[in-house]
Amino acid sequence: MDYHVLWYIIMGLLLMGYAVLDGFDLGAGSLHLFSKGDHERRVVLNSIGPVWDGNEVWLITAGGALFAAFPEIYATAFSGLYLPFMFLLFSLIFRAVSIEFRSKEESLRWRKFWDMGFSSGSIISTILYGIAIGNIIDGLPIGADKEFHGNILSLLSPYTILTGVFNLSLFSLHGAMYLILKTEGDQQARMKKLTLKLYGVFFILYTIVTVTTLIKHPEMLANFSFAKITPLASHSIIENNIYLISIISWAIVILNILAIANIPRCLMQGKELQGFISSACTVMAVVLFFALGLFPNMLVSNIDPKFSLDIYNGASSVYTLTTMFYVAIIGMPFVLLYTGLIYWTYRGKTKVRKESY
Amino acid sequence: MDVEVLSRLQFAFTAMFHYIFPPFSIGLGLLLVIFESLYLYTRSPLDEKITRFWIKIFAANFSLGVATGIVLEFEFGTNWSKYSRFVGDIFGSPLAAEGIFAFFLESGFLAILLFGWNRVRPWVHWISTVLVAIGSMMSAFWIIVANSWQQTPVAYRLVSENGFTRALITDFWAVVMNPSSMPRFIHTILGCYIQGAFLVISVSAFYIIKKKHLKFAQRSILIALTVAGLAGLVQPFIGHWHAVIVAKYQPTKLAAYEGLFETTKGAPLTLFGWVDVEKQKTYGPQIPKLLSIMVDGNPDTVIKGLNEYPREVWPAVNQVFQSYHLMVGLGMLFLSLSFISLYWHKRGTLYEKTWLMWFYVFSVALPVMANQLGWYSAERGRQPWVVQDLLKTSESVSPSVHWGEVLTSLILFAVIYALLFCVWIYVLNKEIQHGPESHEYAPEAGYTKTQEFMDAAITKKV
Repeated sequence: MDYHVLWYIIMGLLLMGYAVLDGFDLGAGSLHLFSKGDHERRVVLNSIGPVWDGNEVWLITAGGALFAAFPEIYATAFSGLYLPFMFLLFSLIFRAVSIEFRSKEESLRWRKFWDMGFSSGSIISTILYGIAIGNIIDGLPIGADKEFHGNILSLLSPYTILTGVFNLSLFSLHGAMYLILKTEGDQQARMKKLTLKLYGVFFILYTIVTVTTLIKHPEMLANFSFAKITPLASHSIIENNIYLISIISWAIVILNILAIANIPRCLMQGKELQGFISSACTVMAVVLFFALGLFPNMLVSNIDPKFSLDIYNGASSVYTLTTMFYVAIIGMPFVLLYTGLIYWTYRGKTKVRKESY
Repeated sequence: MDVEVLSRLQFAFTAMFHYIFPPFSIGLGLLLVIFESLYLYTRSPLDEKITRFWIKIFAANFSLGVATGIVLEFEFGTNWSKYSRFVGDIFGSPLAAEGIFAFFLESGFLAILLFGWNRVRPWVHWISTVLVAIGSMMSAFWIIVANSWQQTPVAYRLVSENGFTRALITDFWAVVMNPSSMPRFIHTILGCYIQGAFLVISVSAFYIIKKKHLKFAQRSILIALTVAGLAGLVQPFIGHWHAVIVAKYQPTKLAAYEGLFETTKGAPLTLFGWVDVEKQKTYGPQIPKLLSIMVDGNPDTVIKGLNEYPREVWPAVNQVFQSYHLMVGLGMLFLSLSFISLYWHKRGTLYEKTWLMWFYVFSVALPVMANQLGWYSAERGRQPWVVQDLLKTSESVSPSVHWGEVLTSLILFAVIYALLFCVWIYVLNKEIQHGPESHEYAPEAGYTKTQEFMDAAITKKV
């Protein structure tokens, strides 16, 4: 296994960490307006209060890691998706500031304004992530110069809008499972009712997205296919271990189905933590399918597959990949330690006090 | 309209707006460590009040720093894709290290710093405060390493494939310890300490004028004046160290700082003045030979002037001259103000000088200006290069981005940041008007667990 593959795996782990962690607080934000009354809304805000900032650091670190390990991918994707990324930034900024400032003033209008900011910021950024992922699956107009040759309209297709809405349903479900874990009494009971509906929407959208993706892009299944489907780009690691990798991939599919099936069971039986873990597993599985389907490509060109950027022609030098691999190996245990410590300190049900958000 | 001009405007605007906040966080971070250490030592209600009030001010500022910081990390890719391709092998690494080593540390322990006062033991809270302060400085370190490599590029080789040139790293530690990274890091951090200290000085002076929270304000202002004075005292020496490196690696920048056109043996130092680029003259009072003495201690050293270099690699000379001189002047003002105030404090007359207190209330804007001017000089003085002598700013723009897109995002940034700025001032003002609370009944901060056993152990009065 070379450092290019290792860095693809590290990027995948960072993306999974980000999707699972920020996924629930974006989801909680998307559902924020469903909570009625000031007290319930403060419970929602305070349930994510101590952790959302740390969750977003996964995005910042993933961005930095992409720049360091795969600068060509970073440059092409960020400049190609210019306006989507800008709107992502605006919504993330607005959301962050809404969380911070909402409870600084008693006035109802003030709080309503920031409630809107928090929820619209969460919804828009979640949809934009989905649109970005949809575009990467669909392929981008990348030329021989590694630059993007499309326009903003080419980024919005029925398929990418579908993946955007699907991501909203996925994160909302995940956020709802988190809120069930963090709330009690009436608020929790109402959240459970809402979650069952969300689950239905998510289930339908997940099916539609899976079917559409497989019809449009059967090659996304190549790495799962026991060498039956020809991939867009092959890699010796896949070719040499295609049976093992296919078996692992299908095992993940089965585990994902079990996790999805487990969510309503947990809702009925009041197994809050298990339910949240199940939705977290679903989020991770979606990222994994995306990563497995794409590998070893990172950005597929729909002008000519020759122009696609993969883990080799998009990467930094082997020297940088090696150095940064050690940096990551030294740093990641600390990251996991801090994250674990904070979640442990703030475990249990959320209580709102005078000095809370 | 031109994508390059719009992208430069947007980057300058977003970077300058962002840089209002981190210096407050870094400076207040150090002060919080001092305040809380004092509290752990004295266990007095006054020190608790001081620590907890400044934590609230810190919080209002920190999230804006984070939110506006993500923008910059994205903008390298969105607006400067050719730059990103060129430097990615080198520049990306410190950015990633910043995330892994600094941001996780900072954001993790911030949760305890902000919400954990009654939830964890006092020494655990103190450690969290220290770690947040260290994290914010580490973050400054890595980003300054990245920026310093652009000023003084070392340990790279240029590789061309298919018509693209990239800089590849040859030695990671040589990049981290590039000639300008240490002096620039220390110079920047001291600037942050001064800015944080002046926020404390400003708010405390306001309470002193209003005769409110007097004990609180007098203790806060004294500690902050000491921090500002010490940082201000060291700053000229570090600034000098930095200037020597600029002279060696970026002679056009130094010549622009000093408005020096002709190569001069025994070059003078202009104290303040005006540069006429057309006539190639710098007007203003000068001290003979001082520039040569400052660059290497010898009054007869030859300093290269701008005319040694083609006109197209000159920065905007008068702008850089003015911003640099203003920064130095402000630095001198901070140093003398804090020392004379400490002297008056010793004489016991400091708090009677209402004019000085009023000046201090508004003085917080000055270190913000000085820090902005310093960066303005450093970045503007490097133009037309984005990486000194290797890559021009004009060659770095994203080819796939349309000017309309940049104009749209620039306008939206202006609107959103204007709103944020107003809200930030409003919230800060509210916290300041509200003032410090006394914590005799110790209200719970944030959030409690269902299991109370740990809290019970914590809230036990010592």
